[in-house]
Amino acid sequence: MMAQTVLKIENLGISFGGLKAVQDLNLEIKEKQLYGLVGPNGAGKTTVFNMITGVYKPTTGSFYLNGENLTGKSQETINHKGIARTFQNIRLFNNMTVIRNVMVGLHNQPEYKCGLFTSLFRLPRHFKVEKEMRQRAKEILDVVGLLEERNNLACNLPYGKQRKLEIARALATNPKLLCLDEPAAGMNPQETQELMDIIRTIREQFNVTILLIEHDMKFVSGLCDELTVLNFGTVLAQGETKAALQDPEVIRAYIGG
Amino acid sequence: MMKNAKWKQYVTYLVLICCTVVFTVLGSMKQLPFSTLLQLESATIAMILAASLCLVVGFLGELSLGHAGFMCVGAFIGGKLSVILTDSGAYGGNELLIMLVCLVVGGIAAAICGVIIGLPALRLRGDYLAIVTLAFGEIVRSLFRNAPAEMFGGTLAMSTPRYDRNSLFIIGFILVLITVVIIQNFIRSKHGRAVTSIRDSEIAARATGINVTKYKLMVFTLSAFFAGIAGVLFSYSQFSVDSKKFDYNYSIQILVMVVLGGMGNIGGSLIAATAVVVLDTFLQKQLTGNLAVLKDMLYALVLIGLIVYRNAPALAGFREKVSIKNLMRNLSKHNPAKIHDDEAKWDRVPTKIHIDEVLSVDVQSKSPYTPDKQWKEEE
Repeated sequence: MMAQTVLKIENLGISFGGLKAVQDLNLEIKEKQLYGLVGPNGAGKTTVFNMITGVYKPTTGSFYLNGENLTGKSQETINHKGIARTFQNIRLFNNMTVIRNVMVGLHNQPEYKCGLFTSLFRLPRHFKVEKEMRQRAKEILDVVGLLEERNNLACNLPYGKQRKLEIARALATNPKLLCLDEPAAGMNPQETQELMDIIRTIREQFNVTILLIEHDMKFVSGLCDELTVLNFGTVLAQGETKAALQDPEVIRAYIGG
Repeated sequence: MMKNAKWKQYVTYLVLICCTVVFTVLGSMKQLPFSTLLQLESATIAMILAASLCLVVGFLGELSLGHAGFMCVGAFIGGKLSVILTDSGAYGGNELLIMLVCLVVGGIAAAICGVIIGLPALRLRGDYLAIVTLAFGEIVRSLFRNAPAEMFGGTLAMSTPRYDRNSLFIIGFILVLITVVIIQNFIRSKHGRAVTSIRDSEIAARATGINVTKYKLMVFTLSAFFAGIAGVLFSYSQFSVDSKKFDYNYSIQILVMVVLGGMGNIGGSLIAATAVVVLDTFLQKQLTGNLAVLKDMLYALVLIGLIVYRNAPALAGFREKVSIKNLMRNLSKHNPAKIHDDEAKWDRVPTKIHIDEVLSVDVQSKSPYTPDKQWKEEE
């Protein structure tokens, strides 16, 4: 049976003034796929992320999550519909503890719904919801291996763990598609290996499709099923990871010559 | 440990209740001098104002310089209503009942203004929002000043019924308690967590699906509501309400209470509010004539002093030595830097920010290569 398409991008493009940052991007990601988005610096990878998470409104084209058109929707709506992301330059809630960072991610889950009135007057539902959220947050932290750190402030975590916490927070919003922006940046080889295992576990355990941007080719080729290579905002190659990376155009863009 | 943590949660409430009881008993025994009664009234008003501003500044991380404006709305609307109700003899002339109605109406009127000021707050941040709120406070004040004299007294003050001196402060303390309970509950709930997440990173909060618009409006409305209540209480503590009172300096004074109390620390704000009121009355007595200007200047100086103290590189060693965190560590083995989150059933809010983050002051003392230093070396 053919796997279902989770994300479909059609002719997506954006220009800032005269600069066409991304043009005519087409791609299709199947359910539970690990999809890579690579390319040299300034190729427009993060711009694509910003478009599909609602930070930028695309000037042309559209994208669909499970067949639903989400083009031009607000960031909050897109997140509620099931696209979660992490940031290239880490953006955690620094003055809050690790577990609270994840609990903010759980905020909009229907099973933890709790009205303002209930909270202001501390009705029993408030305590029940808080307890359940805490429990769920611990489970998620356990998956990324941060359970022991849960009571530290987020800003006190080492770099690699901050990246993992961002993933945990994104996972807490119960996404269908998880977008990771350079998850392995600034990690040592051992941490990178750990992260690869975590990403695989996440995909199985949370039943989530993953789209990732990464510069570390070992990481990409070890993890991704399919790739899109971008250069100057246009698609250079697309398809199976191995084939795409051996494309002469791609090698020229990366190594030059 | 757990017992300890559970007990700590209610410290603020316990202290407040103790104060209420002690002063009520002293008051009923006619032991309190006239001036103390007045100070208690001012202190309760200041505490409500500080706790409500703490919500905006300490937890949402936005700088509001128009808090006196919300208080002004509450004072005039609530005061006017109390005049009307008292004159018409509504509720059988029951003063307490009339006061309750006025408190709610004054609070709601201020809350509506909170929504109005909250709307631009969605688009503005930092200094720009501070300017808008500052303008709001001044506009409200001059609106009431220039309204027809028969409505709000105009340039003359609007006379309001003065509540019984011997019992108003008890009502004040009860209102403080209600304010603190509701604000604490809000902050310690999932909604409060969402608000603090917006403060830490608005971009990340949006990407995590937090409805930033909704929560910003909610905080501004809630904060304005309690400021309005403080305003009504103020009108009941005076024979007349003069719009002069709610000027820029008063907003700054409230901000100083919040900053002195430690941002995002409601208990601290309450203590600081009391201290500022006591100091203010003291200075009013001491500084007469031309020296009175110094009193207003003091608050600005306190703010500047705090920022310098927090950032001056020369004071780094001294700060380390006298910081409460380190003193606590020396006193006991308990490490306050480590937050025992899930040992407590309730939600403590382990979040503190500093005044320079809210004022978006870039003191640049963290890096030793400030522009002027390099310039000096070149010379």
